[in-house]
Amino acid sequence: MLSIKENQPVVFSAELLAKFGEIVSRYPEGRQKSALLPVLHLVQAEYGWVSTEAMDAVAAYLNIRPIEVYEVATFYTMYFLEPRGKYTLEVCRTGPCCLVGAERIMKHIEQRLGVRENEVTTDGLFSWRGVECMAACGYGPVLQIGPEYTFYENLTEESVDQMIDTLRNKAQHEA
Amino acid sequence: MGRKLLLEHINVPDIHTLAVYRQQGGYRAVEKALKSMSPEDVLEEVKKSGLRGRGGAGFPTGLKWSFLAKPEGVPRYLVCNADESEPGTFKDRYLMTHIPHILIEGMIVSSYALGAHTSYIYVRGEMMPQIRILEKAIAEAKAAGLLGQNILGSGYSLELYVQPGGGAYICGEETALLESLEGKRGNPRIKPPFPAVSGLYGCPTVVNNVESIAATVPIINDGGEEYAKIGIDRSTGTKLISASGNINKPGVYEIELGVPVEEFIYSDEYCGGIANGKRLKALVAGGSSVPILPANLVAKTLTGGDRLMTYESLADGGFQSGTMLGSGGFIVFDEDQCIVRNTWNFTRFYRHESCGQCSPCREGTGWMENILHKIEHGQGSMEDIDLLWNIQRNIEGNTICPLGDAAAWPVAAAIRHFRDEFEWHITHREEAQQHNYGLAHYADPLEPVAQ
Ligand SMILES: Cc1cc2nc3c(=O)[nH]c(=O)nc-3n(C[C@H](O)[C@H](O)[C@H](O)COP(=O)(O)O)c2cc1C
Ligand code: SF4
Ligand code: FES
Repeated sequence: MLSIKENQPVVFSAELLAKFGEIVSRYPEGRQKSALLPVLHLVQAEYGWVSTEAMDAVAAYLNIRPIEVYEVATFYTMYFLEPRGKYTLEVCRTGPCCLVGAERIMKHIEQRLGVRENEVTTDGLFSWRGVECMAACGYGPVLQIGPEYTFYENLTEESVDQMIDTLRNKAQHEA
Repeated sequence: MGRKLLLEHINVPDIHTLAVYRQQGGYRAVEKALKSMSPEDVLEEVKKSGLRGRGGAGFPTGLKWSFLAKPEGVPRYLVCNADESEPGTFKDRYLMTHIPHILIEGMIVSSYALGAHTSYIYVRGEMMPQIRILEKAIAEAKAAGLLGQNILGSGYSLELYVQPGGGAYICGEETALLESLEGKRGNPRIKPPFPAVSGLYGCPTVVNNVESIAATVPIINDGGEEYAKIGIDRSTGTKLISASGNINKPGVYEIELGVPVEEFIYSDEYCGGIANGKRLKALVAGGSSVPILPANLVAKTLTGGDRLMTYESLADGGFQSGTMLGSGGFIVFDEDQCIVRNTWNFTRFYRHESCGQCSPCREGTGWMENILHKIEHGQGSMEDIDLLWNIQRNIEGNTICPLGDAAAWPVAAAIRHFRDEFEWHITHREEAQQHNYGLAHYADPLEPVAQ
């Protein structure tokens, strides 16, 4: 996942633009702004986060003002407005998951990765944060990892360790 | 065993595919509705079924549909609410993951009844895997002539799209959802006008929950009267219950409305009892927004009748001694759980999720969280409990959307029923940091603490 350098204009690939175009076609004429949330997800999947330059490019593409993109990107929690680790572990911290040990799992992740919430490990691979109920309360504790939002359920300290090891190996192979 | 209408075929291998879904009788409702019924006939069956909205409020679906304005030359929309973000609720995810075609079939039948030719399923953005599943199922249905132009030669056309959210509980509120679908922040709209008159793009719109829409399939297949035979009184049909917390068998269960709450918790058919041989302390029966019940009000109502899984029975006693069925998010607390901590956690959730438009909600949820944090961490005073009570009362009913109420009710109910546990946190500051209050008297049949 490459990250966007600040202050460099973003140029979307033809492939990405084709995906944008398909999304815009889902709405009536003149309602292309409806594509904003799905388009921002695609941008984040491509670049790992959503930079100001990327938002400006989205605004230009959708023919809306940049502020209309900023206000949306800052309202919704899923958009990362700064670079994150390659894998961001998002752990549910809401009531039902806490009944079955979510707080313990978050502490374990913090210790294991050695970084606080929203920080990135020095190798750039991992960050983590607590998120609100992910509609998986019966399988708690749970966490998800974007951009495909893969789910890991019924977490234990051991399964978390295993997951982190597997991801680290995977990243090394890809590098 | 109760009848299953939505999950009947859930264990059939590959039921998520069109081929297997059709082998099991899938898309009969589309054939029947589009080929032999008028849109008014479909509406009539849904009215007869007594189906009530499964998203939380329980508003009769047929009645909601009948309010839809039909001005000439203006498109109408059906939007499915698959935002599913009420803590404790995970049934829609389950349905969409395992049997996506029942939702798509329901969308076709319902869109036909409403005269919509473009419909959207708004799915919370984190459910990317479910979005992929739905998109695949839609493509299959379209290739089979069940979506698109002139469906099954009936002359009726429908395009169906899946829209992802961006991570915001408030977008489950129907007008916030519509704002979000228009590419804006999820700020709820002031009502009226209601979406039935001015919804998506200012056009007449119906917003319904995933489960409500899926339920139209058995209603059309078997007839509204058959559906209404299941259940008790105005709680007709089956309901998906998401069971979580300290139970042996968490998961999604389809029940006939009317099952006793005690049976639902303890029988092996459902939750299988409290985990680790512990005892029941409290229950949140319908998602985090509904009042919490102490164990002594779970199996029986205050008047001694059996508490049943129906809209009416769960609400028996009003907020003094009852609760609500809500979205069916059934959260069970065992004797080791701390009510103060859980109330703090829920309040933090609402503060985080408040869209910030109304002062009582924006400020009130913040104050409540701060006070609860203080009490939970051994810094509270007795006046804080009264202050909390006053703040929640000043939020309730004074906001644009019901998130304010949803934030206020859990706090009110926790204080109403568990005041002694709050007081203990204040009188036993040190001890409260070491261990929990435990069960105290909650499991015994006693009068609830009146406020
Ligand atoms: C804060 C808030 C969150 C809500 N979240 C959801 C949700 O996640 N899913 C849902 O179906 N309804 C939710 N609702 C209810 C919707 O506003 C709406 O009533 C519902 O989708 C209507 O569908 P139904 O009549 O089929 O139940 C929420 C309401 C509020 C106030
Ligand atoms: S009640 Fe809360 S969430 Fe609802 S509109 Fe007001 S501030 Fe927003
Ligand atoms: S509380 Fe964690 S998924 Fe719902």
